Amino acid sequence: MTVPLHFYAITELAPLIAAGHVSSVDLTTACLAEIEAHNDALRAFITVTAEEALAQARERDAEIAAGRCRGPLHGIPVSLKDLIDQRGVATTAASRVRDGHIAAIDAPVTARLREAGAVFVGKTNLHEFAFGTTSDDSAYGAVRNPHDQTRSPGGSSGGSAVAILTGMSVASIGTDTGGSIRIPSAACGAVGLKPTYGELPVDGVVPLSRSLDHVGPLARCVADAWLMYLVMRGTPPAAGASWADARRVSGLRLGVVRPYVHDILDDEVRGRFAQSLAWLRQAGAKTVDVAIPHAADTASIYLHTSLPEAAAYHAASVEAHPERYTPNVRLRIEMGRYVLAEDYARAERGREVLRAEVDRALAEVDALVLPTLPIPAPKIGAPTVEVSGKTESVRNLMLRLTQIFNLTGHPAISIPCGSTQDGLPCGFQIVGRRHDTEALLAVAAACEPCVVA
Amino acid sequence: MSEPLHGDNMTTEDWLAWAGADAVRRGLPELKPLLEALADAQRRLRAADWNEDAAGRGADAGRPDAARPGEPGEPEARP
Repeated sequence: MTVPLHFYAITELAPLIAAGHVSSVDLTTACLAEIEAHNDALRAFITVTAEEALAQARERDAEIAAGRCRGPLHGIPVSLKDLIDQRGVATTAASRVRDGHIAAIDAPVTARLREAGAVFVGKTNLHEFAFGTTSDDSAYGAVRNPHDQTRSPGGSSGGSAVAILTGMSVASIGTDTGGSIRIPSAACGAVGLKPTYGELPVDGVVPLSRSLDHVGPLARCVADAWLMYLVMRGTPPAAGASWADARRVSGLRLGVVRPYVHDILDDEVRGRFAQSLAWLRQAGAKTVDVAIPHAADTASIYLHTSLPEAAAYHAASVEAHPERYTPNVRLRIEMGRYVLAEDYARAERGREVLRAEVDRALAEVDALVLPTLPIPAPKIGAPTVEVSGKTESVRNLMLRLTQIFNLTGHPAISIPCGSTQDGLPCGFQIVGRRHDTEALLAVAAACEPCVVA
Repeated sequence: MSEPLHGDNMTTEDWLAWAGADAVRRGLPELKPLLEALADAQRRLRAADWNEDAAGRGADAGRPDAARPGEPGEPEARP
């Protein structure tokens, strides 16, 4: 069976577009048709910018005909999480609080993608204000997982992961405050990158918790995520240039974080992760066990950081229009208003401890590896889930293995590593050194063919 | 938040009693279970061995040469 072009990776499409063999209009039309066919069921998009996208695609095709190619992203249909400003388009944050908002200018990351030739097909659905991990609390309806529509696609960038999985866009841009790029990537079977904290500008992006917020790509492969990262960083590769220089697996040193991480894991997730490690070792990678001694304190530090920062941003709106928030998100905002300053300060100190411990864990290895999610995608609306006979909070589990790297700022990427027997994807998370996201990407590109079942 | 925090030592129990009462006063009784969960996190945060103390305890946690929790040399038991 032939794979339609709009399901190809950017790395495959770029030379075809540059040579004039594939038109951006055809690609964009195909993505828009997928949105038209499936968005009512999956609710991946809040706003579809079909006319603008086709106009952009026609311009990109005209440029190719005139001998101008902007680079590998030229003419590629891309979606933006609806927290990120695109000029002339509403940024809803999946909330009625933002009714009537229209962005006057592009966010810097949007502007860089536009300059690189991306075609914007629309704004994707999310957990309201990115304040959740399941994408079910949205003023525009719960996003559904294409693998099983009774299940969550993860969140908060749930619509972005669904979009690239279903051919609604070739790549997408999300945000990650506790795992919101990596979680939906793992739950849907995509690649999701959270770069080092501060590398990509967050101006023009609705904040959740400013000291934890990151922007990053969701994509179909590591090379595509790498390209999007370079473009958003302001260092796009030239047309025809290569950018994804993978390490060799042989000789890679991978630190396996076991204490805390492996304490609560779904059996099938544990199995997929173990199989991935076995394949990597077979290919010549070396694995050693490492520890992050205070990892079990992560949730308490995260809560006392993220909640008050979110509450500060929402204080005026939640007082003026509490009814415009979805009930669960409103309660979480209210919770943050009760955090005491002295506890916020304790959490700041805890972050320094965690950062030093993750640095230390990375000292003798090229990267850390751990599952992205301890469970497969949960049922939509389920507050709890059974793991090894114990009832656990879905929200706590969804954040459990990702939020620590928002606290520490280390770059982290989730790549698919097979599925459960029910066909639900599992994610393999790789963590690199701070301020060296490209080294992480080189490790991830090396691991990718080994762990993708 | 019109009521002051009460209790002599600003303990987690004092904070929880005040916050829960304030939530009810504001018409948000459904916030109470969330505040109880936050209280659990607050207890853990306050008991952490990295917390500095004017008497000089805890300042070494997180340093590269600091002892790891559960290893010999750990100054205090963790929750």
